[in-house]
This record gives sequence, C-alpha cells and structure tokens, in this order.
Amino acid sequence: MLEEVHISLPADAEAIAALKLGSVVYLDGIVYTAREGVYQRVLNEGHSLPQGLGEISNVNFHCSPAAAVKDDGTYEIGGVTATASFRFSKYLGDWLDLSGTKIIIGKGGMPVDDYQQVLAPRGAVYLTTVGYGTGALLGRGVQGVESVHWLDELGIAQAMWVFRVKDFGPFLVDSNLQGQSLFAQQGDLVNKQIDDLYTGLKEPALHRYGETKDRTDELI
Amino acid sequence: MISNQSIETASYEIMKKAAIDIPEDYLAGIKSVASKESGELSGFVIKTMIENYEIATEDRRPMCADTGLPRYYVKVGDQAEFEGGFTGIERALRSATARATRDVPLRPNRVHPLWRTEHNNNVGINAPEIEWTFEPDTDWIDITTVHKGGLFGTDYRMLFPGDGVDGIKRFLLDTLISFGKRGLCCQPAIVGVGLGGSKDTCMQLGKQAACLRVVGDRNPDPKIAELELELITLGNNIGMGAMGFVGSSMVVDLHIEVGHTHTGGMPMSVHTFCLSSRRATARLHSDGSVGYRTDPKWFTPYHRRETVDWDELTRGETHA
Repeated sequence: MLEEVHISLPADAEAIAALKLGSVVYLDGIVYTAREGVYQRVLNEGHSLPQGLGEISNVNFHCSPAAAVKDDGTYEIGGVTATASFRFSKYLGDWLDLSGTKIIIGKGGMPVDDYQQVLAPRGAVYLTTVGYGTGALLGRGVQGVESVHWLDELGIAQAMWVFRVKDFGPFLVDSNLQGQSLFAQQGDLVNKQIDDLYTGLKEPALHRYGETKDRTDELI
Repeated sequence: MISNQSIETASYEIMKKAAIDIPEDYLAGIKSVASKESGELSGFVIKTMIENYEIATEDRRPMCADTGLPRYYVKVGDQAEFEGGFTGIERALRSATARATRDVPLRPNRVHPLWRTEHNNNVGINAPEIEWTFEPDTDWIDITTVHKGGLFGTDYRMLFPGDGVDGIKRFLLDTLISFGKRGLCCQPAIVGVGLGGSKDTCMQLGKQAACLRVVGDRNPDPKIAELELELITLGNNIGMGAMGFVGSSMVVDLHIEVGHTHTGGMPMSVHTFCLSSRRATARLHSDGSVGYRTDPKWFTPYHRRETVDWDELTRGETHA
C-alpha cells in the first residue's frame, strides 16, 4: 500500500520536508492556478501579484480548469486537470522567489535538474496529478472559487484561479527536498529493458534525425 | 425530415455524454488491463481513474478538464432527408459546440495558432473539424463527437515495403516509449495505427482507428486482426504502465486501418487516445427519432470497400 498524507495549506516547512517519493497526498486550503500566461504577465510584463496571495496559498497548480462564467457573475467549475509542467521550467525559479510557493502541482513532473537546482534549494517540492485525467475527482475537491485574476486579459484557460479545496487529490509526490524524482527513478527501471525490445528487429531502410544525435549523419 | 434543431440538440447531447460518461467498452477494457497489472504505482493510477469515471457520471462533470479538441464525424445515409442542406448541419454542429462549451462546461481550448486569441467557445477557423462519409441504403445521419487531446502520443513515419512488420513494430515501440514516459500520452489507451494512403490520409486513418473503433473490435482482414493482437502484446510488454511507471498497462486495444498507398512506400501513423477515451454517437432517423450510443460504427463494409463499384454481393453486409 502506498502511504497517504493529508496537508493543510499553506503547507509548513515540516510537512514538506516529510514528503516521500510515491506517497499519496491530499490537500485542504487554498491553491491557485498559474501557467505561462500568468508567468508572462507577472515576470516579464511586471504586473504585481494579487494582493495577499502569498499569505493564503503556497501551492501553484499547473491547471486550466473546464470552467464557465455564469450570467450572474459566479463561476461553474467542471473538470479540473493539470497541464504538462516541463514547459514552464524557465519561469519557475523567479516565480518561486516572488510568490513564496512551496508546492507545484502539475502533469508529468519536471527534469531532475530543475528539482536539484530550482525547487529543492528553495524548499519546494513537486506533486503530480494521477492519471492524468482525474478531472471529476479533483473537480469535486474544489469547494469554491475565492477569486479569479486576469480573466479578461488571459481568458478562462490561462487566468489565475484561486480555489478553496478540501480532500483535494490524490496527488503523488514526484520530488522531495533532496531533489530526487519518482519519474526519473521509474524511468531508469523501464529503460533497462528497452534495448531488449528491439533485439531481432531489422534496421529500417531509411533512418531519420532523432534516432541519431549527430546531424551530419547520412540517413540512408 | 430531420430538422436543423434536432441536429443541434443531438449534437449538444453527445458533446455532454462524451465529456462525462466513459464508454462501456473502454471501461471493461481498462478493468481487464488493470487485473493483469502488478506494478503498484501503475495499479494505483488505474484504480484512481476508475473512481474518477464513477464520480464524473455521478456529478455530471467532465472526466478530464482537458476536454481536448472537440470534433465531429458525420455519416449521411443516401436516403436521409434533412433541412438546411449540408451547411445547415455544419451550422448546427458549430452552435452545439459553443453551447456545450459554456454549459457542460468544456475547456475552451481552441485558440488561433499564431495570435493565441480565442472565442471561449471552441469554435474558430477550421474548428471544430467535421469529417464526412456516406452510406448507401439508409435514411439516417450518424453524428459522432470525439474529445481528444492533441499534444502528445501521435506521430508519423514513412516506412518502406522492405521494412515490413519489423518496421511497424520498431516505429510503434519508438512512439509508445517516447510518449509513454511520464505518461504524456495518458496511457493505458486505445492505440490507432494508420497504414498506407498518402501522408494526410495515413494520419486520418490512424486517428479514426484509435477514436472510432471500440475495444474488442478486430479488423475484418484476419491477417491484420492477427497483427493487431501481436502489437497489443508488444506494447504491454514494454515494461511501462500508467504514467510511465513500471508496469504492463500500456495498450487497452490496438486498431489498424489501411489505405492503398504508393507502390514504393508504407507510411505509418500512431495515435494514442487517452485514459478517458471520449466518444459518443447520435443516430438521427428521417422519421424524427434519435438514438444514442458509444460505438461510432464508422468503419462499415461500404467504408472499407476496395472495388470500383459497390456490388450486390457485399451490399447485404453493409448495415451495422
């Protein structure tokens, strides 16, 4: 059985330090969404963070909710699913420094180098969503929308949504404060068998870039 | 006569059903895959996904927030009577897409590729895609919607006749391994393989094979059916399960569709549907009745015909 952990937000340093790779995590409190649209706006265009964000939440969810603005101005949240995080690598150091964020939730994790050089030194860890399509399960965990920022400027998918959540999960711990990665460990195990899969298959008539790293190689 | 209004309403309904309700064939398929899974993490992921399907249906909430790029496949019977002409159907489908995006809600994923501008309704230039086919001796219109993501898990390669089945295996392994790592292609999934045609039809055939055939369905050519089974085993022996964790749950089913191709080549495409394989179909009859199902029944014998004419001998088998 995988270990199960519940964390109240904002997460304190002790709870984060205690997280083990592969543990199953549920969250209670406030999380916010931010992806390239928000990063661009704040880090490159110099807009300020929403006031008080850092005091209520230190969890950045890489997510675009399936949401709609109703006629009375309230919000309907349907499914909630993470988007692939590796694309946001270049923003994260500055973002963690500015926002004080300690937990990143997303899809697929980030390169081990980012964990060792960016997240772990700042006391931050990465949790991955499960599946990755647990939209209904996570949607149920969202109790309400505290606020939405830059909806007009960025649209529903890229806006910053601030969610109040309860039993929000499950997530799996992908990185810890030692900068280790569950995905990398599992990938190493899988890689051991890959060469065997190709044994006995004849060489293709035409090679292509990607099978070789040397761009000067001839393909035939 | 099939009214424009009923086309719009039925299309809106299938948009909802596709987003929320897991097709029964896929649910049975994933449970079967899960029963053979020994990897603890991969097994946990699939167990959680099955719980997620149940909650989606209970709460009438999309299974996955990335409701993909909603699109349509329309099959029109020769005897179908409908108002508004073909552009009337297109208008109804665009209207249903916008309405369902707001009401379900679906994520308004569609943006202009360069300006990243959006209409917040999944409608835009060349969106939603509508593919048309026709069917003899019938008076109905089948409308299928598929909600599939599109960033990972799809690839194309020009193989050559001499590459043979080894070449097919090699490219399938390349694709599943590269997109399976970290679970980027959201496996275990139904995998579609397109073989032949030109580059564009090869892509189209593979995508349709993944999205428009149900778990357990086999290609009518017995040798292709055999190859489908062989490739399922190959995929599930990679050693990789859900999210790229150690395991065996990679391929829930694999479908191959072929098209006659250039004598010098054997183009191949690979497409992975996802853990929430989302499809729903409505059949609108000319008497006004509407039926809903999850099997698109897209590849009819007429659709796969290889003769110049569609003769009396094969006609009898046409209707599913």
